[in-house]
Amino acid sequence: MLITELKNKETILSLITGKVFIINCHGCKEIRFPEHEAEALQKELQESGNVTGILTTDYICNPDYLKQRFAKHEAEIEAADMILVFSCGVGVQTVAAYFENKRVCAACDTYALPGYQGVTPLEHDCDQCGECYLNITGGICPLTACSKSLVNGQCGGAKNGMCEVDPNMECGWERIYQRLKKVGRLDALKCPVQVRNYATDPDK
Amino acid sequence: MRITELFDNGEFVVTAEVGPPKGIHLEHLVEEAKTYLSGITAVNVTDNQSSVMRTSTLATCVAMKNAGLTPIYQTTCRDRNRLALQSDLLGAAAMGIENILCLTGDHTRLGDHPGAKPVFDLDSVSLLYAASELEKGRDLAGIELVGEPPKFAKGAVVSPISDSVDAQLAKMERKVMAGADYFQTQAVFEPEKFIKFMEAAKQFGKPVQLGVIIPKSVGMCKFMNNNVAGVHVPDEMLDELRADKEKTKAGITGIEIAARIIRECKPYCQGVHIMALGWESKVPALLEMAGL
Repeated sequence: MLITELKNKETILSLITGKVFIINCHGCKEIRFPEHEAEALQKELQESGNVTGILTTDYICNPDYLKQRFAKHEAEIEAADMILVFSCGVGVQTVAAYFENKRVCAACDTYALPGYQGVTPLEHDCDQCGECYLNITGGICPLTACSKSLVNGQCGGAKNGMCEVDPNMECGWERIYQRLKKVGRLDALKCPVQVRNYATDPDK
Repeated sequence: MRITELFDNGEFVVTAEVGPPKGIHLEHLVEEAKTYLSGITAVNVTDNQSSVMRTSTLATCVAMKNAGLTPIYQTTCRDRNRLALQSDLLGAAAMGIENILCLTGDHTRLGDHPGAKPVFDLDSVSLLYAASELEKGRDLAGIELVGEPPKFAKGAVVSPISDSVDAQLAKMERKVMAGADYFQTQAVFEPEKFIKFMEAAKQFGKPVQLGVIIPKSVGMCKFMNNNVAGVHVPDEMLDELRADKEKTKAGITGIEIAARIIRECKPYCQGVHIMALGWESKVPALLEMAGL
């Protein structure tokens, strides 16, 4: 089980540059989604005139469903400079992987709860750490994509782009670097020094 | 003595490194360092290098210091959380050890205790930041230290011959931002690539020491090419090692190669860091041939 909580308003507003397309995931019934808070914030954003469209759907963690659901919104997505996703970390990562060249940001933090895991993570994994890093890592989770769960960039251990722990696994930070480069957001690597807060993570 | 003072004076700083033994007798290590490394500025003491459990770095640093050498305390984030790391940094300063080198560390899976829990609570960047905070008289939780704060020469590492130099530079910038005062590089065998890297790295204005390994044999170089991140020995150098087996076995070819690399790179960097890997006895000959 998991809970999604909205990041604080200032943080979300600071992510927004230009026109924005919004995705809400009301997927897993087991999940607590901050529906009313998200709606209120999105209404405010719409009033500012910068929202090209809103898609509220379920199970965005499944890329096949996503494709079908995006079909109706193609023009709105095309018109947007970025996509703001209100979902768990798996959902954000799936959208970010789908739109490789568009900036995708997370509006929520995902917290773990004990019990049944409602989502269907296919390729992407969310650590449910409670302080989502996806906005500074181009939508690739450094906790699950990096063997050491590093949050300040790659270690010196990758050989030919592969991880020192598992030579069949691509270096997560190499992927992050390439993604940031692709979406023109290498400046994200100039963010302040990150120190994880394990107190937000009841499993650790 | 902090080695940053020497960099500030424009000195070309030469360091080497030693690995503590898996045991309690440090005499041999200290004797060897005194015999072969007393001519250099400071000696790095590695921290459970390659994730292989060995005697404590801090204890070995104290033994080196007592023998009149200047140790550089290497500290990795693999084995200790932020409490232990900060506590040991303060302990080092309390023992008069002010030169540190902050690394993330190899994964536990690669060493001799593969079942151990990898910690990585902090990483090289946040560890440098923690050291910077301690220097300001507070810890990572923002709580004030009692009395005079420590003062470190805070070192970090960078891989100039990595397949992703731009990503390395981005990480280097984060380390500078977190407080790195100087850098030591992974071993370099291609001076032209190093020189190109330094062109880009000089924007940070921090001293960089060229990393040097004396190539011992073709086998060792092939092993590094296949297994060691950021290290590449080019084919023509392998041929050079192959040419005269006796000369290579005696270490002469390796010393010639290493000395040549140092001479070519010297105008572009602020020092040399020698990783002798058991060939400490060859270091004086290398320094002489390199004109240091």
